[in-house]
Amino acid sequence: MGKTIFDKIWDKHVVKIIEGGPSVLYIDKHLIHEVTSPQAFSGIEKRGAKLFRPKQIVATADHNVPTINQHLPISDQLSKFQVDTLIENCKKHGVELYGLGHPNQGIVHVIGPELGITQPGMTIVCGDSHTSTHGAFGSIAFGIGTSEVEMVFASQCVMQTKPKVMRINIEGSLQNGVVSKDIILYIIAKISASGATGYFVEYAGSAIRALSMEARMTICNMSIEMGARGGIIAPDETTYAYMKGRPFAPQGENWNKKLTDWKELYSDADAKFDFEININASDIDPMITYGTNPGMGLSVTGKVPTMDSISDPTEKQNFEKALAYMGLEAGQSLLGMPVQNVFIGSCTNSRIEDFRLVANIIKGKQKNPSVKTLIVPGSQAVAKQIKAEGLDKVFTEAGIEIRQAGCSACLGMNEDKIPAGEYCISTSNRNFEGRQGAGARTMLVSPLTAAAALLTGKITDIRTMLN
Amino acid sequence: MQSLQKIKSRFIPLRIENVDTDQIIPARFLKATTKEGFGKNLFRDWRYENDDETKPKADFVLNQKQFSGEILVAAKNFGCGSSREHAAWSIQDYGFKVVVSSFFADIFKNNALNNGVLPVTVSDAFLQAIFAEGADATLSIDLEKQIITIDSTGASESFEINAYKKTCMLNGYDDIDYLLSMKEEIEQFELNHNK
Ligand code: SF4
Repeated sequence: MGKTIFDKIWDKHVVKIIEGGPSVLYIDKHLIHEVTSPQAFSGIEKRGAKLFRPKQIVATADHNVPTINQHLPISDQLSKFQVDTLIENCKKHGVELYGLGHPNQGIVHVIGPELGITQPGMTIVCGDSHTSTHGAFGSIAFGIGTSEVEMVFASQCVMQTKPKVMRINIEGSLQNGVVSKDIILYIIAKISASGATGYFVEYAGSAIRALSMEARMTICNMSIEMGARGGIIAPDETTYAYMKGRPFAPQGENWNKKLTDWKELYSDADAKFDFEININASDIDPMITYGTNPGMGLSVTGKVPTMDSISDPTEKQNFEKALAYMGLEAGQSLLGMPVQNVFIGSCTNSRIEDFRLVANIIKGKQKNPSVKTLIVPGSQAVAKQIKAEGLDKVFTEAGIEIRQAGCSACLGMNEDKIPAGEYCISTSNRNFEGRQGAGARTMLVSPLTAAAALLTGKITDIRTMLN
Repeated sequence: MQSLQKIKSRFIPLRIENVDTDQIIPARFLKATTKEGFGKNLFRDWRYENDDETKPKADFVLNQKQFSGEILVAAKNFGCGSSREHAAWSIQDYGFKVVVSSFFADIFKNNALNNGVLPVTVSDAFLQAIFAEGADATLSIDLEKQIITIDSTGASESFEINAYKKTCMLNGYDDIDYLLSMKEEIEQFELNHNK
């Protein structure tokens, strides 16, 4: 019987299967950042062990860094201490660090692909759930906890039970104004925030093949938001074209050799999946979330569900709680609602293509004066590219400041927060209570829908602004 | 890691679905570089008005004096969202040894097991039966037999845990000890893998 791409890669990395237990899985690349690594470093030191393969680790500072004045010392003392701890640990243990001020610095899931560290056929882990992003290159990539970070430090392996594999096929072409973020928000709304728990998800079909690497990353990124361990897309010519010539990508003869291996990475025609879903791309509208988990999403022209659509009493209670938090009524439509904040950034949508999409919409126009903005590139390299393409001028002329690279308002950990009670149209990946700051009301959207809100100050159907 | 064999305790009922790790421990508390002391910030924004410890929210279960115990019982899809292990640390630091739910998010389940907190998955019906009990009711959990019992009614259900994790938990040793002992095997594997 044929194998799925997931099985092909997984099987190549199993060092051992523990009887009645998990597999010991070998990890090719380990990415670390300041927030989830300090306890792992101190753990390994406490055991008197050394890092097993420090050369297979790359570090950056992203979660807990300011997005202005990065050349100055970090003013929040706790944040500064955490970032300094990372610097010290990397130095002590021989780990390559792209810290603040380094041209390679940025959100860990943006820089991995951008530098060519992320490659097809690899296993990649990071102490961050959105590690699923890297699956867009045909790798098995997933988030781990700090104990597991310590495991990889100690042995370059993690213990994992093999997940089931689901395939989501998306066929056909997208409507004008609909982009990859809408695809993934649509899928999560369809199968719920826990609908893929226990699974690894392969995305396939003509609509996926037609996407750029940036767009594929957006989809894999949010796999975790439906409970999946990760997402994966088989590599193809789009993947190789993106990778070629990147600093850590294989070069010369080695490139050709790797390419031959990569071309074997696809699900065989007779491979069996534990579950399959088929989606028609043209059914997808621009999407927006109305609630407090990413599964609570709808078409931007749709209406918030009503109570009678829910039967389970606990679910009813949760639904009411979410609407109360969001300040919304059951059955209401969202179109035309005023928004106070727009955040364009995060590992979901902070790549060059995202800024091109937004610039294209706002070009020659002014942002709505009532909207506060946080426009944050995912990496130093993206920031540089924005300048090189002259997009920064489009933003400045629209009255918008572009920040420096980092996670920013995605998680309410650094200084960029959304005030309590205010709405934020956000290209990030989580709309949990308080995620963007205590009391902040997050609505997840695509960069296009965010651009529309920038101009109108309201929730807007981007399709009405395109010709 | 602490070992766990049997436990009998009252429990705290958290009737909320999709409890994500941002609620368990909000991001602003992730600036620490050690594992200790997270318990006092567990469910911080559900527990206090305006982040003020002098203003506990009366409607949140951790603030309701009638409830206590080393077992947390939560509605389905507990621990979804961010992979932060701080969530497991805060639950453990607060004093919970077991979390019961009808569904756990994958990463949280792993993190809990790696920190000596036992996730017990029960059926929806059994979860409702637990929620129907009063504040004085107790639950008994026997890890060896993999059985959870509502003591007042004697209703019980068996739960799954993989054999390896069970042994770790019963004996209080962890994956890292195991992996460190595999060093030679891993080096051997690398010889082929990196060719
Ligand atoms: S951008 Fe947001 S989701 Fe992505 S790594 Fe940073 S905090 Fe996590």
